[in-house]
Amino acid sequence: MDLENQQRIKDLTDKYGNQNLIVVLGGAEAEASGLAAETVSNGDPTFAGPLAGVQLGLKAYHIFEDEIKNDVAPEVYEEHISMMEMVLDVDEVIKEVKSIREQYTR
Amino acid sequence: MNFAVIKGASYGLIQACNMVVHQGTTQTSEKRKNPDSEYLKKLPEQLRSFEETVQYPPNQAYIGNITPHELADIPRPWYENPLEDANRVGKYGEIMPEDEFIGLIKVVDVFDLVFLEKNFQESAKEKIIIHPVLKDLKGVTKLEKDGMDIEEIEKIVQREYAAEPIYYEHRLVGYVKKAHDYDQALSAHVMFENLVSKASAVYALALLFQKTDLKAQEVDYIIEASEEACGDMNQRGGGNFAKAIGEVCGCVNATGSDTRGFCAAPVHALIEAASLVQAGVYKNVVVLAGGATAKLGMNGKEHVAKKLPVLEDLLGAFAVHVSENDGINPVIRTDVIGKHKIGSGGSPQAVTQALVTEPLEKKGIKFSEIDMFAVEMQNPEITEPAGAGDVPKANYKMIAALGVKQGEFDRADIDNQVARFGMPGFAPTQGHIPSGVPVIGYARDMIMQGKINKAMIIGKGSLFLGRLTHLFDGVSFVMENNTGKVDVGTGVNKEEVRKIIAEAIRNLAGSLKT
Repeated sequence: MDLENQQRIKDLTDKYGNQNLIVVLGGAEAEASGLAAETVSNGDPTFAGPLAGVQLGLKAYHIFEDEIKNDVAPEVYEEHISMMEMVLDVDEVIKEVKSIREQYTR
Repeated sequence: MNFAVIKGASYGLIQACNMVVHQGTTQTSEKRKNPDSEYLKKLPEQLRSFEETVQYPPNQAYIGNITPHELADIPRPWYENPLEDANRVGKYGEIMPEDEFIGLIKVVDVFDLVFLEKNFQESAKEKIIIHPVLKDLKGVTKLEKDGMDIEEIEKIVQREYAAEPIYYEHRLVGYVKKAHDYDQALSAHVMFENLVSKASAVYALALLFQKTDLKAQEVDYIIEASEEACGDMNQRGGGNFAKAIGEVCGCVNATGSDTRGFCAAPVHALIEAASLVQAGVYKNVVVLAGGATAKLGMNGKEHVAKKLPVLEDLLGAFAVHVSENDGINPVIRTDVIGKHKIGSGGSPQAVTQALVTEPLEKKGIKFSEIDMFAVEMQNPEITEPAGAGDVPKANYKMIAALGVKQGEFDRADIDNQVARFGMPGFAPTQGHIPSGVPVIGYARDMIMQGKINKAMIIGKGSLFLGRLTHLFDGVSFVMENNTGKVDVGTGVNKEEVRKIIAEAIRNLAGSLKT
């Protein structure tokens, strides 16, 4: 995850607390999405950014996951995400993000 | 409508291994944060030789010696399957080694900012004065004097901010000095980057004159579409690269201006050029751009870590000639223009919809009628190790998915459609360079040979990087076979009027009978 976003998430967590925030991801690939999920929960695994060694314990969900998808108005989801469901490996992305989330958060 | 035509395109690549190390921002940032970095120690070991870079298949595709479809047939990894008899000279352009380019930077410098070690300068001069494309450039004679001693160069480069060092084969061979005592817009580093952009664009323009029939004095207008800014502290991005480039190449009848739009700029510029020509303002417009040293080795950390060669060792450049309709060359359909509007929305779907579905739907053109799409043509061997995937393929899949949503194909057909209208990426990750433009030379050839009819050229840009807006951007146009009919009237199609009158008389005659 790029350094600026890491800082923004860190600042928001300092302000609102990790119980009041979740992170919604829109990554195109499983690996990158998993890295982002890990960064906001267990710290930046590449040790490149402000979240290096910082465990915010935030839960990250991908927009494809039902927990988020079901909260989006269907016509909005259709307009903005339906195309990507045809293009990306949805199952792989969900699997990766979910497993990271279950590994590092409660 | 008398659309403008694309009469030619040229493509230049410059190998710049030493600039990767000393001016690529991934490397300069690393040096700043972690000067003893293991990465910086390993990087030079994985740089390629000039021969390796010439033989690298995507580079041969960029300069037109193989087509992108022929590239698709070469097994990957491409860096393990070099084209053994590859030439640095290509159908559409050329690949230049770093020492020639350093000499070229001095040639295009008109403010005495570039100084080279005298022996190095002499050997660069020897190469340039026999180079068919470079030898007649304005300023070549600069290489005959002012060669410096290496001790002098070392002294100057050591003074903080005085000069940007130039290296070749890992030795210091010169510098670009700051153009003002304290003006940051004229710092040594900025002057270096701008002179590189200017010199590489000069190369592309000179290649265009060599490879096509266009002569320097025929050019009316130049639009430069890189991502650099030149100016001074009172007008930091005033410009203008276009005119400076035209000057070196002898375009005595041209003026020009710079168009900025991040990576989408070249396609914006082509639409502008087509409009100017179609409106009769100018006859011959060249859209061009040089390369960026900042982006060299951008994904170097991942390449080095994964034991790949440093594939981002090239500056890219191009020039496209847009001209009056001649009944022969492919037309630019200014009536089939996609634009990402301010109100379009930022999701990939909204963007692709605005750039592809909307313009085609408006004119009743089916996705299946577009034989070729040119998207962001970055070489996937560069981007995949860095976790960014295969960018052209991702774009093609999105286009195909929108075709599914339009009811034109089945979801199961996505891969077939991608194979039909897509091709592998082959351009260096130089921002504006891979954005749509690399395919133009090939698409033009295929149209002229009657193998395809329509190609859509798409450019996209990440404006949010400039921090003035969160918006994304993009524009697109369709290039099409020229039907051969050229309107010479005042805008009234005489043939159509004749048909209308004939039909009216027929109807009248018919009504008289009964």
